[in-house]
Amino acid sequence: MSYWKANLLILSIILSIWFLVSFGFGIIWSESLDALSIGGFKLGFWFAQQGSIYVFVVLIFVYVNLMNRLDKKFNSKDKD
Amino acid sequence: MNAQLLTFIFVGISFSLYIGIAIWSRAKSTSDFYIADKGVNPIANGMATAADWMSAASFISMAGIISFLGKDGSVYLMGWTGGYVLLALLLAPYLRKFGQYTVPDFIGTRYYSDAARLVAVLCLIFISFTYIAGQMRGVGIVFSRFLEVDIDLGVVIGMAIVFFYAVLGGMKGITYTQVAQYCVLIFAYLVPAIFISILITNNPIPQLGFGGQVSGSSVYLLDKLDQLNIELGFNEYTSNTKSNIDVFFITAALMFGTAGLPHVIVRFFTVPKVSDARKSAGYALIFIALLYTTAPAVSAFARVNFIESVQEVEYEDAPGWFKNWEQIGLIAWKDKNEDGKINYSAGEALEGVKPKFSNSIGVYGEREVTNEPNLQNSNEIYIDRDIMVLANPEIAKLPNWVIALVAAGALAAALSTAAGLLLVISASISHDLMKKTLMPNITEKQELLFARIAAAVAIIVAGLFGIYPPGFVAQVVAFAFGLAASTIFPVLFLGIFYKRLNKEGAIAGMLSGLIVTSGYIIFFKFINPELNSSENWLFGISPEGFGFFGMFINFGVALFVSFIFKAPPKKVYELIDEIRKP
Repeated sequence: MSYWKANLLILSIILSIWFLVSFGFGIIWSESLDALSIGGFKLGFWFAQQGSIYVFVVLIFVYVNLMNRLDKKFNSKDKD
Repeated sequence: MNAQLLTFIFVGISFSLYIGIAIWSRAKSTSDFYIADKGVNPIANGMATAADWMSAASFISMAGIISFLGKDGSVYLMGWTGGYVLLALLLAPYLRKFGQYTVPDFIGTRYYSDAARLVAVLCLIFISFTYIAGQMRGVGIVFSRFLEVDIDLGVVIGMAIVFFYAVLGGMKGITYTQVAQYCVLIFAYLVPAIFISILITNNPIPQLGFGGQVSGSSVYLLDKLDQLNIELGFNEYTSNTKSNIDVFFITAALMFGTAGLPHVIVRFFTVPKVSDARKSAGYALIFIALLYTTAPAVSAFARVNFIESVQEVEYEDAPGWFKNWEQIGLIAWKDKNEDGKINYSAGEALEGVKPKFSNSIGVYGEREVTNEPNLQNSNEIYIDRDIMVLANPEIAKLPNWVIALVAAGALAAALSTAAGLLLVISASISHDLMKKTLMPNITEKQELLFARIAAAVAIIVAGLFGIYPPGFVAQVVAFAFGLAASTIFPVLFLGIFYKRLNKEGAIAGMLSGLIVTSGYIIFFKFINPELNSSENWLFGISPEGFGFFGMFINFGVALFVSFIFKAPPKKVYELIDEIRKP
């Protein structure tokens, strides 16, 4: 697989999760998820005001790691 | 020591720190001035990005707005953080690889067209000034409330500080002052939040206290809040009142708008390597998330606190903060049922919403309001949402130094964002307009001088916005994000991911996004504000969310027009191949 194709694959996987936690869990299915709760939070509300943000942070670092590995595999110089 | 003296000391110390940093990091070349000579460590850049991003609106207004909106306020939390994922994955590394000074630089080169560059400059200047007006208002509020300085003088002091480090230091000076400002603002935000969390829920971590039990009882805070809201005639705090489609569109417009904001994008031009740009976006989001996950907790605490400390209280016994903010005109009380007690419930207290004060004093010592009471509800309080964060430490009876700290933090948030915006305005004028379009023969020294003059002029214009605030600031914020999402984001994204897009397509796309989005917003916000309700909106999308719709118009028009005209020249294909390479 070429560098660019691998990159696009990584992008689409991460962006699907990005969409799922925010637009999916935080908005579209938020009310149904509210039937469940963690601590004093209704789950849908938690995703909308807390959870989605935590996942965003994790996603960027997963992306950074995958890309660094990919760069290494294609032996890039990553100079200026 | 009283709060005012402490505030003077805290603000004084933080301002001298910023000036000290500015002197230490003067800009010597255009590369220094525009992009800090690509020498910024990714963690430092993450902090600077966070300070740049978190404005007076994030620091002062956001928690207050969510406090009144409840779950509907989630659009800001997800919208203003989720954009960083898009930025990190779709734009930042490629634009850093491209390696020029400004966002219009990329657009002008990628679409081999000065017209495209100029349209981008126009959008950028409009977006940035919209934003600055809000920062200067924030500076004015803090000065007038905490230092009892005249608002105008407050704005002038703020301008002088920004002038000093932005004009002298350019991007380099701004970056390192922003790092300091981030530390000040996050400390100032977390300290009162932690205190209040302990006070209300016995849990020192606001993010957990938010979902915890109210201290001394087994009732969850959010359940209590739902119940209080319903008793007072509001909607449940944890339920939406807006339609799902509208929430979806607003969130998306804010996310794609964030990713298209020039002053944020340009921060990623300052790091040494492409991989640093990716990492830096991650750090930026951690630093931002620290505030953004605390904010909704603060909103919930503030709402409980606010209701409990004023509801059914005799006005004469009302807490000091209530009367202090009434003096400034951001709280008003009209005793509709003439019982001398403060009654808070759903609905606007006054006809015409905003209070107009006469100079006389009412029966109980309150400032008399000349508005007719709104008799459709029993609410007697007008409260400006912007004051919740600033008033929170006082409402929770925290020590004076915390109040002083919050004032210094709010100023740090406002000044850091204003400086970042001023820089992209000045760079787009001196670099894109002068050097690249009108006067290509100027030397680097002359360009640097133009950049400094442009920054100075922009500061003066921004200051005038602060002193004579245009009445439409709140309305135009939707504009800034809508335009960034519908003009700048699509051309950057397609420019990287779709080689066949030519200049005709890009220009037609930007213009159609611009026209559709601004037309919709102007129609509902300025021409026919009385029609601005969900039954008249297209597909139920509010003007705040319409930028996302405009983005698809932009994509569609750009692709269609591209097919009619001939493919871009070979050197553009080579350029794209180059920026896609690791």
